Amino acid sequence: MRLRKVADRAVRGVFLANAILSAVVLLGILAFLLFYGVRTFSGTPLLKFLFGTVWNPDAYGEPSYGLLPLLLGSFASTAIALLIAIPLGIASAVFISERLKGWVRVTVKTLVELFAGFPSVVIGFFGLVVLAPLIARIFNVPSGLNLLNAGLLLGLMSLPTIISVADDALRVVPHSYREAAYALGATPWTTATRIVLPAARSGILAAVMLGFGRAVGETMAVLMVAGNAALMPKSLFDPIRTITSTIAIELGESAFGDTHFYSLFALGFVLFLLALATNLIAESLIKREKRSFTL
Amino acid sequence: MSTTETSVPPARKLRRRRFGDNVGFLLLAVPLALFVLFILYMFFYLFRNGLGVINWQFLTQAPTKGMTEGGIWPCIVGTVLVTFVSLVFSVPVGICAAVYLSEYAPANFLTRAIRSAIRSLAGIPSIVYGLFGVALFVTGLKFGLSVLSSGLTLGLMNLPWIIATAEEAINAIPGSFREGAMALGATKWEAIRHNVLPYAFPGILTGVLLAVARTMGETAPILFTGVTYYTRTIPTSLSQKFMALPYHLFTLATQHDQISTVRPIAFGTALVLLVIVLAFDAVAFVIRLRVAGANKWQV
Repeated sequence: MRLRKVADRAVRGVFLANAILSAVVLLGILAFLLFYGVRTFSGTPLLKFLFGTVWNPDAYGEPSYGLLPLLLGSFASTAIALLIAIPLGIASAVFISERLKGWVRVTVKTLVELFAGFPSVVIGFFGLVVLAPLIARIFNVPSGLNLLNAGLLLGLMSLPTIISVADDALRVVPHSYREAAYALGATPWTTATRIVLPAARSGILAAVMLGFGRAVGETMAVLMVAGNAALMPKSLFDPIRTITSTIAIELGESAFGDTHFYSLFALGFVLFLLALATNLIAESLIKREKRSFTL
Repeated sequence: MSTTETSVPPARKLRRRRFGDNVGFLLLAVPLALFVLFILYMFFYLFRNGLGVINWQFLTQAPTKGMTEGGIWPCIVGTVLVTFVSLVFSVPVGICAAVYLSEYAPANFLTRAIRSAIRSLAGIPSIVYGLFGVALFVTGLKFGLSVLSSGLTLGLMNLPWIIATAEEAINAIPGSFREGAMALGATKWEAIRHNVLPYAFPGILTGVLLAVARTMGETAPILFTGVTYYTRTIPTSLSQKFMALPYHLFTLATQHDQISTVRPIAFGTALVLLVIVLAFDAVAFVIRLRVAGANKWQV
């Protein structure tokens, strides 16, 4: 009898240890990014990293580690992605949540979820062989590997995230809201757009945040179609270089222990902060929506 | 509109409103329909271009003549191997963490912190896991560029996915299952082991299969932790470098010096990778549908 109690305690301890281990991974990642990242600044000043407009670690004599062109590359491609994915994603989510039922709903949601699981190299490859020639022909530009292509692919890749989080947000709106609207004579359309959508606004905003996180963190697809010149982008048809693809391109060519190597961890730290902030905000928005429905 | 108007609107007006409604929803359906068509088009495009390349030799032979001929067997083996290593780490740790969170965790600060950390992990970009893998496994623990380093890096990445789905599966088991066992004298662990985990198993399996699918397609975490352009031998130990399907596709598509010559092989690799990933997804979805049908737990 006592043995069983001891076993019970011991097992609880094992479970707790694993839960703590899982959470500590986050701290571990943060610690390593900081530990290596700060060493960048013994080679280049922090302010030059944050506000420098040139990223050229290979420059002979004086290499420069300016974050801005990469940050701009990430934000520009993500902005295009969201410009496409927000309206399309929210429209799709409203249609799925308010109009689709039964097996049609299950099929559509399954397809969207399947696409979310497509390997990003496969999507990047598609952008390379289909989208790039198409963009080059339609806009009569020499190369289709540019900001527009990256933005389009990122938009497609963040659509599933936005659709499924927004659909969840719409579905937790209580049925009584819809019934009350119908009782007052509102049509389904008015109910969906004037009652349900505003009631779910925090959750919808969370969907947008998570879509942003998905787009800004994507590496391989962007690496394959963005053209990867680390310059300040001026037009849709300029090649761009994102933070993620810079790490992917340069980690292999930098030597362990020099400023270049450490600067890539500093870039990783920037990504880490962006992702963490995005997630925490999204999480609190989802909580806020759920709380707003409890009396 | 006057405030005294209480009569029902005339039929014509009602019809117009219903028509407006249908037009509105139809406009909403357009982007969704386009997206679904795009997904199907992309799949069939890859299918049409890749299918011609795939045959028994392509699947079972190593690449030859600077990748311009031969098959992708070492890449398939490498991808399966690292994914397996990742699961050896993440499945036990993930399930234990999920059991703690759903069965034991008290509502306090520590629990909230753990949950929040795990959820945040799921949103960390995969390239950041790659950096962490380089810092911790490759150089820190001196595992070098190896199957082990890559597998563990992937394991850290898919850990939060496994925890999330396992916790959901365990939470779906009604409290009465545990109470029944404990009322008969079982300890909490005994109740969990005999009355909760067996019923949560299909749900947990679904999560693991989805994690397998996504892990197999990941490139960024293995990029600097052990994957290589070409090895002559299939890895026989955890300390060797390996080839992998997604990286092979990446190099064939963008890095190879005869890109147009190897394009058919790239299409074949893309299709094989996609089909393997979709196969795991499909099995997971079938199990999930059956669980949803069976687990009504109605008394």
